[in-house]
Amino acid sequence: MSVIIFVELDNGSIKKSSLEAIYYGSKVAESTQTTATVLAIGSAEESALKEAGKFGAQKVLHANDGKLSHENSLAYANVLAQAVEQEGSKIIIMAKSGLGDAVAARVAAKLKAGIVSGVTELPDTSSGFTVTRAIYTGKAFASVELNSDTKVLVVRKNAVEAVATEASASVEVFAPTLQDSDFAATVKNVEKASSELSLTDADIIVSGGRGMKGPDHWDPLLELADALGAATGCSKPVSDLDWRPHHEHIGQTGIKVAPNLYIACGISGAIQHLAGVNGSKCIVVINKDPEAPFFKAADYGIVGDVFDVLPRLTKAVEAAK
Amino acid sequence: MKILVCITSVPDTTAKISFTQDNTQFNKTGVQFIIGPYDDYALARAVELKEQHGGSLTVLNVGTSDSDPQIRKALAIGADDAIRIDTEPTDSYFVAAQIAEIAQKNSYDLILMGRESIDFNSGVVHGLVGEMLGIPSYSPVMKLEITDGKAEFAREIDGGKEFLEADLPLVLGCQEPIAEWKIPNMRGIMTARSKPLNVVPATPMDDLTVLKKYTLPAPKGECKMIAAEDAEQLIALLRTEAKVL
Ligand SMILES: Cc1cc2nc3c(=O)[nH]c(=O)nc-3n(C[C@H](O)[C@H](O)[C@H](O)COP(=O)(O)OP(=O)(O)OC[C@H]3O[C@@H](n4cnc5c(N)ncnc54)[C@H](O)[C@@H]3O)c2cc1C
Ligand SMILES: Nc1ncnc2c1ncn2[C@@H]1O[C@H](COP(=O)(O)O)[C@@H](O)[C@H]1O
Repeated sequence: MSVIIFVELDNGSIKKSSLEAIYYGSKVAESTQTTATVLAIGSAEESALKEAGKFGAQKVLHANDGKLSHENSLAYANVLAQAVEQEGSKIIIMAKSGLGDAVAARVAAKLKAGIVSGVTELPDTSSGFTVTRAIYTGKAFASVELNSDTKVLVVRKNAVEAVATEASASVEVFAPTLQDSDFAATVKNVEKASSELSLTDADIIVSGGRGMKGPDHWDPLLELADALGAATGCSKPVSDLDWRPHHEHIGQTGIKVAPNLYIACGISGAIQHLAGVNGSKCIVVINKDPEAPFFKAADYGIVGDVFDVLPRLTKAVEAAK
Repeated sequence: MKILVCITSVPDTTAKISFTQDNTQFNKTGVQFIIGPYDDYALARAVELKEQHGGSLTVLNVGTSDSDPQIRKALAIGADDAIRIDTEPTDSYFVAAQIAEIAQKNSYDLILMGRESIDFNSGVVHGLVGEMLGIPSYSPVMKLEITDGKAEFAREIDGGKEFLEADLPLVLGCQEPIAEWKIPNMRGIMTARSKPLNVVPATPMDDLTVLKKYTLPAPKGECKMIAAEDAEQLIALLRTEAKVL
């Protein structure tokens, strides 16, 4: 019966967004009087998987077939469906991401489950099972009741404030049956900046727009990001101009992020950019134009030149350490 | 090659969102509708692939007659014909089931969609359709070439890109820079009028989810301005007041 949480691994550890999903899942388990089981696919040390216990999981199923070491939503959905069957789970939860959505969709179709992606709060289980989700690119929310026997929830960052305890989870090996058709695509090449902090996972993002003037002027921004332990993002023109890589581009047509802190440097705040950041808890805008629309969406604003302000902020962060 | 492109008809990216009837209906008054921006990328690439390889290009929408202008635009951009499944799209599963039903009958080689719709932003319809049809699905795809029935494509992954090769049929969720958006020309607009737009009834199914109500976000508080000379203060405020550091 347990609630099952599919988690993503990064270098053998459970991703932060997935730890949050575990906590979310454990709260859903509590309110539906059951336990929380985690499914982790890929290679990881037992000690890293036990982290799941701190966020409320009782048990971790670990599927670690060599064939599964590479991210594969088809195979992962198949493994998840088998875990769901073994555990008799009715509620399936994962963190919102490209992989999360893909796995959620395929498992929902396998199980004829109602699926809601972009969930922003814990479900209301007082009568029925209702969740709130972001729609219209964060410009509105919808409360949706799930009537299906099996339910799939894809949870947005910051849907719950995860609190770690000292509890521990048991780790069990899970050996699914794999099907060849899930491995029909050949992976030719992967280009990945492995040291990079993931944007969707980051608590703090420092992001630059055309106001940063060119690819050679990014250092002040990178230094602030470094001091804050932040990931870096950019506006669309910046990635279109190849000043920064495409996967950093945030907004309507790029990545949607929901960090605790978003620092926008020399970004005007066009509605298509805001669409990607309106899930952020706190927004800081640094722009030399006091009329820049971004200030309307900001919590803190500095009207100033990024090349003056950024180095001073970096110093202030260093000094406060 | 037979290509199907699934398009949404959605409020323009700058539209102001509001609701009526006790917050249970989207307020369409004064809102301009467009082809979903990601669907538009899928359509643009499909038109190019058809030019290269021949075959047919069908656009599909699950929606009411309100979608017809966007469907006609897709025909003007280069689709040969269109199917509209005549129903209010209620949720991702329902939409996917309708698409899968049509796809099953017509066995397309390639089903292109947007990475996500900009109204429901689920990013799940392609995965659902893929699984319903028992074929692979990938998203977000930013590059796509077809040679001898094989697809070579690049997909954005966390912090990078992955290059894949797979046999058709496939379902792909597309995003830029897979192709440049195409603007219909006069000839396109003229011929679109006579291209077939087949309206078919939806296949009934149980609602797995039911919309209860919509809400708008709480209005944003005032932006606290800090003088540039005192920029350093920001760090202290973020720590003690906003508590995000
Ligand atoms: C369908 C569609 C989808 C789109 N999707 C996206 C998207 O996903 N993401 C996205 O970002 N955009 C998107 N756009 C583009 C968007 O409309 C804006 O054009 C873009 O966000 C502007 O980027 P920017 O703020 O970096 O540049 P600009 O608008 O040129 O703004 C630069 C800002 O920097 C400030 N500035 C200049 N010099 C300095 C300095 N020395 N110090 C401080 N400030 C300075 C200026 O005052 C200005 O406000 C989309 C557009 C369309 C039509
Ligand atoms: N009502 C619909 N009609 C046709 N295609 C749709 C519809 N809804 C979603 N899609 C397709 O599925 C993609 C992903 O949508 P979503 O899962 O809602 O984010 C969209 O970009 C479209 O290509």
